[in-house]
Amino acid sequence: MATTVHTHHEVHHDTHADEHEHHEGNFWTNYIFSQDHKVIAKQFLITGIFWALLGGILSVIFRLQLGFPEASLEWLRPVLGGWITPDGKLNQEFYLALVTMHGTIMVFFVLTAGLSGTFSNFLIPLQIGARDMASGFLNMLSYWFFFTSSVIMFISLFISTGPAGGGWTIYPPLSALPQAISGSGLGMTMWLVAMALFIVSSLLGGINYITTIINMRTRGMSFTKMPLTIWAFFFTAIIGLLSFPVLFAAALLLIFDRSFGTSFYLSDIYIQGQALAHEGGSAILFQHLFWFLGHPEVYIVLLPALGISSEIIATNSRKPIFGYKAMIGSMLFIAILSFIVWAHHMFVTGMNPFLGSIFMLLTLIIAVPSAVKIFNYVTTLWRGNIRFTPGMLFSIGLVSFFLTGGITGIFLGNSAIDIQLHDTYFVVAHFHLVMGSASFFGMMAGVYHWFPKMFGRMMDHRLGVIHFWITFVGVYMVFFPMHYIGIAGFPRRYYSFTNFAFSSGFTDLNMLVSVAAILTLAAQFIFLFNFFYSMFRGKLAPANPWNSNTLEWTTPRNPQHGNWPGEIPAVYRWPYDYSKPGAKEDFIPQNVPFSETPESNLPHENDQIKLEGSGNSGSIVIGPKH
Amino acid sequence: MMNSIIVLGVILILAILYLIFRVGSLVTVAKGDTGSKVESGNGTHAVLFVVFMIVSLVGFFWYSYVNFDNYTLPIASEHGKVTDKLFWITMGVTVVAFTIISIVMFIFIYKYRYDENRRAAFYPDNHYLELTWTIIPGIVLAVLVFTGLRAWNDITSPPSKNAEVIELIGQQFAWTARYPGKDKELGNVNFKLIDATNEFGLDLTDAKTHDDFKSLELHIPVNKEVLLKIRAKDVLHSVYLPHFRVKMDAVPGMPTHFKFTATKTTQEMRDELGNQAFNYEMACTEICGQGHFSMRFPVVVDTEEDYERWKLSQDSWLKSNPDYVKDVPAGLRESAMIKAGIPVIQEVKQATAVGSN
Repeated sequence: MATTVHTHHEVHHDTHADEHEHHEGNFWTNYIFSQDHKVIAKQFLITGIFWALLGGILSVIFRLQLGFPEASLEWLRPVLGGWITPDGKLNQEFYLALVTMHGTIMVFFVLTAGLSGTFSNFLIPLQIGARDMASGFLNMLSYWFFFTSSVIMFISLFISTGPAGGGWTIYPPLSALPQAISGSGLGMTMWLVAMALFIVSSLLGGINYITTIINMRTRGMSFTKMPLTIWAFFFTAIIGLLSFPVLFAAALLLIFDRSFGTSFYLSDIYIQGQALAHEGGSAILFQHLFWFLGHPEVYIVLLPALGISSEIIATNSRKPIFGYKAMIGSMLFIAILSFIVWAHHMFVTGMNPFLGSIFMLLTLIIAVPSAVKIFNYVTTLWRGNIRFTPGMLFSIGLVSFFLTGGITGIFLGNSAIDIQLHDTYFVVAHFHLVMGSASFFGMMAGVYHWFPKMFGRMMDHRLGVIHFWITFVGVYMVFFPMHYIGIAGFPRRYYSFTNFAFSSGFTDLNMLVSVAAILTLAAQFIFLFNFFYSMFRGKLAPANPWNSNTLEWTTPRNPQHGNWPGEIPAVYRWPYDYSKPGAKEDFIPQNVPFSETPESNLPHENDQIKLEGSGNSGSIVIGPKH
Repeated sequence: MMNSIIVLGVILILAILYLIFRVGSLVTVAKGDTGSKVESGNGTHAVLFVVFMIVSLVGFFWYSYVNFDNYTLPIASEHGKVTDKLFWITMGVTVVAFTIISIVMFIFIYKYRYDENRRAAFYPDNHYLELTWTIIPGIVLAVLVFTGLRAWNDITSPPSKNAEVIELIGQQFAWTARYPGKDKELGNVNFKLIDATNEFGLDLTDAKTHDDFKSLELHIPVNKEVLLKIRAKDVLHSVYLPHFRVKMDAVPGMPTHFKFTATKTTQEMRDELGNQAFNYEMACTEICGQGHFSMRFPVVVDTEEDYERWKLSQDSWLKSNPDYVKDVPAGLRESAMIKAGIPVIQEVKQATAVGSN
């Protein structure tokens, strides 16, 4: 009986959706204040690309200082104005501001909003078979909070005291005292306001992702039939929902300390000839709160990229992802552990050493599920039939970075070894590879792979592969040498290394890193050209260009609001029936019932055929609601 | 003029690149659909990945071998030997794993590149395989964790009673050191007492402060445990002694500490490196503002005798700043003068002067 009711609901809904499609909105409701998840995804993507470019340019400016400390940067004066000193050098406080903003932009605005915002929004409804997000309105608000946050953060770059400059981790007291660094004045206030709005955006998005995945899966789409992308977005949203509020609290207390004279983080401070009234606060408290978000944040950034690459690697190896359940299990395990490893960022902060031992133990455990993921990727490639699309190339690049960067985590997670390596370039190399570059490559892979569904056109293949090879080699040239510099003990966030004898070497490597960074940034313009050119002039895309199994490829070339013109397809099988023995094609989409593929069914799948007729494959079915 | 030539040149190059791109696209269109499921040149990427793997692995091993002495710092502390050993054991384990996985992955990528006559294997899982590569990394990591834990516990264990206590104070953008003087005990401090001269914020009502002395170099004895007591005045700093593998944050309002034993005097290290200009150094590794990169503090490791001699040669802070004797409670003044090494005559004169005001 429940089924009958359900079907009615669905039919009713479809009629409604059809009406909706004919009902064309104007420019503002279609492209600006749209509630369509696909448009919102594109808004996140384009804003993310803008931020990525800006973050990249900032890094090249400070790499110029590090690679060519003698060079005159006078030519940057038209852009940077007073931040270039009279003798043509970069201002030292501005150098720190560049480092700070590069980190903030890349971690939050590009790899959180740009990555999750784009692909969770775009893929969740399309891959689970829903017409839109659970709440289109909240989804729209999520983007506009992000946009407002972006505007404030962007404006902070141009104020006379400069943007926040205390590092992206904004440790107080430095971030609380404008007299300690000029960036802790208005720049820091704007940073905090922007981040508060960013967190609101992130929470609105996360609630929507979770609700949509739980409630709005199409007929037959049980949890165990969901693509790994959806699993990854699901865990990411949960992690974000649990950890971002802690950053919000940390930021709020910092705002109190800065503006209202409280002493949550401040104590015993004598600065510029004056003893401050603050007493009884703890600077370490902030670090605990910050990293309680900060470490899960690493996985907020990484998991979507891993989900995307799982999907792309399976599709282009023409093979099921190896160990589907192990992949979900390892992501779940990583998601849980991500909450109880935060203090490995704080081994030498004066925290009780016993806590250090506990966090070291927990941290090294997290290497196990990460290793499982790498082995599963490699085994997926084994005996595949690999097509090197740009999406696939970037996914392979991701696995390579995840391996290279992940393995150095075993050094840093060991508190005894971390004493020497903490806050050196070894750490910079580690997280830029494992989290920065790997996630960035996941994002790029996703753009190349789903561009046809986003814009109905193909991106240019040759430009895509050129972009990949320059970026792949470039990223290694930038970050691999930093391991040596780090082992040699060079501290990070240094404006110049010449004050110390122990860090006076390696000018050659630093120069190489800077040159590679410039070339890598330059290669991104190939992508930009390809992206915008293909949007309008690219080859028309077929509905399913990669012969992929997931539901988004069953939509028309340009899916309208509501995604499917008719009924939403039902799902009968898992998303990885690639190269199934006996099957005619080397892929069987999820919406093909077992009754149509008797030649390739496994014994237990034949038993499923009986269930198919009822329109309910035996799993929990909850129809879309509006 | 030069600028406009550069701009024109760039525009020209971009235009040529665009033309090449257009011509290429049109040629592809003219050739028509080849019917292949992959783009032409698919196999090239497989080859490129193998070339990349070989070149980068060879480059990695070659560079690491040739430049070993450039990127490794000599060790000059007891626990440094232990942590460095752990570092190199971890390096050995991870490099083996990294090399094998990389080679296997890129070989697979090459070997299983697209071939229209072949079909991929349907191989969705294998529990034994998955269990194996969960358990093996688990065991290897457990070994690394337990060796690491033992080292960490030793390094962070309580210092011995007769350790040489030295205080390091970080401020924007310099370090200072305070030594306890003959009584071997550091006197109390209070940040509210800090002024331009009393930079430690010495609380002179505490008799232990009277013989404390300030130094702008960190002198430590060789082969004797040193306990660094670390604090900061304004923002976070971090004590970093690269050759001793020592790092500990300096936190305003929360004193921290780190104990270690130096194993080589400055002179011994100079002889070992064949570089008579060598000096140990201390740096800051926690972002603290614009001068973060320049907080150099010279470090000297002396023989035990030299160290004692050096300490004796240092004037107490109170002796260098006799004006502050007036802050010492009247009852303690005489003993303070004796402890600080101030000639009593001078003090009496001052006391009279203060009294007549």
